[in-house]
Amino acid sequence: MDKVLSSLDEVMRQIKDGATIVVGGFGLCGIPEKLITSLRDKGVKDLTIVSNNCGVDDWGLGLLLENKQIKKMVASYVGENKLFEQQFLSGELEVELVPQGTLAERLRAGGAGIPAFYTATGVGTEVAKGKEHKEFDGKTYIMEKGIVGDFAFVKAWKADPFGNLVYRKTARNFNPVVATAGKMTIAEVEEIVGIGELNPDEIHTSGVYVQKVFVGENYEKRIERLTTANA
Amino acid sequence: MTGRKRILERAVKELQDGMCVNLGIGMPTLIANMIPEDVDVMLQTENGLLGIGAYPKELEVDPDLINAGKETVTAKAGASYFDSAESFSMIRGGHIDLAILGGMEVSKNGDLANWMIPGKMVKGMGGAMDLVQGAKRIVVIMDHVNKHGESKVKNTCTLPLTGQGVVHCLITDLAVFHFPESGMELVELQKGVTLDEVKVKTEAVFVVSESLKVNK
Repeated sequence: MDKVLSSLDEVMRQIKDGATIVVGGFGLCGIPEKLITSLRDKGVKDLTIVSNNCGVDDWGLGLLLENKQIKKMVASYVGENKLFEQQFLSGELEVELVPQGTLAERLRAGGAGIPAFYTATGVGTEVAKGKEHKEFDGKTYIMEKGIVGDFAFVKAWKADPFGNLVYRKTARNFNPVVATAGKMTIAEVEEIVGIGELNPDEIHTSGVYVQKVFVGENYEKRIERLTTANA
Repeated sequence: MTGRKRILERAVKELQDGMCVNLGIGMPTLIANMIPEDVDVMLQTENGLLGIGAYPKELEVDPDLINAGKETVTAKAGASYFDSAESFSMIRGGHIDLAILGGMEVSKNGDLANWMIPGKMVKGMGGAMDLVQGAKRIVVIMDHVNKHGESKVKNTCTLPLTGQGVVHCLITDLAVFHFPESGMELVELQKGVTLDEVKVKTEAVFVVSESLKVNK
């Protein structure tokens, strides 16, 4: 079974206006750079993007904002992006802010076939408005729904041709749950190894979740806040 | 000593040997550099690392290794990496002993507002709403009054809440409060601060602990 693509064209052809895409990454760490720039080049519109953040003005998902391709953004924190503010205030962009742990769990649930779950996160806040409340053992929880995207964009460190994935350090972040939560999951990686070369005990995402693998070159891996011991 | 330094020096005393601790973005992050050598804690960052080390030397900088404030960091011996769902299982499941967060307002019943000012740009709550519901102990650090001299310690929060009745301990530049079921309680006065000053600068109704500690 070989899921490795030689280019992202085949994937991009399948993405139409109005698609929902779940995207891995935290800030600019572990973002699927190649998939995002290909989607920018493809130019499809009215997208719903589900991702923890929305990049910065000139990189990551900010590129899709710049190109006015996003209709709705589902995220936990969007404070790094002036374009986001402009489009939100002008009413061009719809925004659903979701607590970070709830966002991760909604993706995990979606990928695991769980339609909804209860959490205490957000009880008594604006997040709880309009949601079902339920008491368990004397404590109040709200119901949150699972999320499944038409497509899932994942960035991993290594893959084998079956799509088994290994991530690196905190670039893992949302990627494993995103991988499970797409009807079609595309993983871009820095390195492809032969089948059997990844230690089965050390695989983070099983290839069962991954439909296509693409090897990217020259990763930028931009740093948002360079902090060093001498600074 | 500046107000901020007083707050941080008091906050670091909340960390006890053996704890797993999440420090919020901004002022709480500074506590990491003040932990005494004999207090061994594992610092968690919700983007997927337990065991944050020092900031890297220039040659050690790795774009794949950051904290929740998107700063480059290192991992210390014994650290572990995990995904975001796992990270919030630790938080929501009550496995993190302590979270220290910044605040905009705290109310007498332990409500916290720290994520949004209506009419200004909404940035999002990040992981704050999950942390206040999940961590075993929530300590909030903030200035006692805003730049107009108005109390940030309120009877009722005016800003949108991060969590209701979630604060266990509030540390300001003037005082330390606890929030038992019986109501908000003043437990410490910061160095050089009088009870009268705290009373004047606190909107919230509180009781004074019988064992009030006066730091000198």
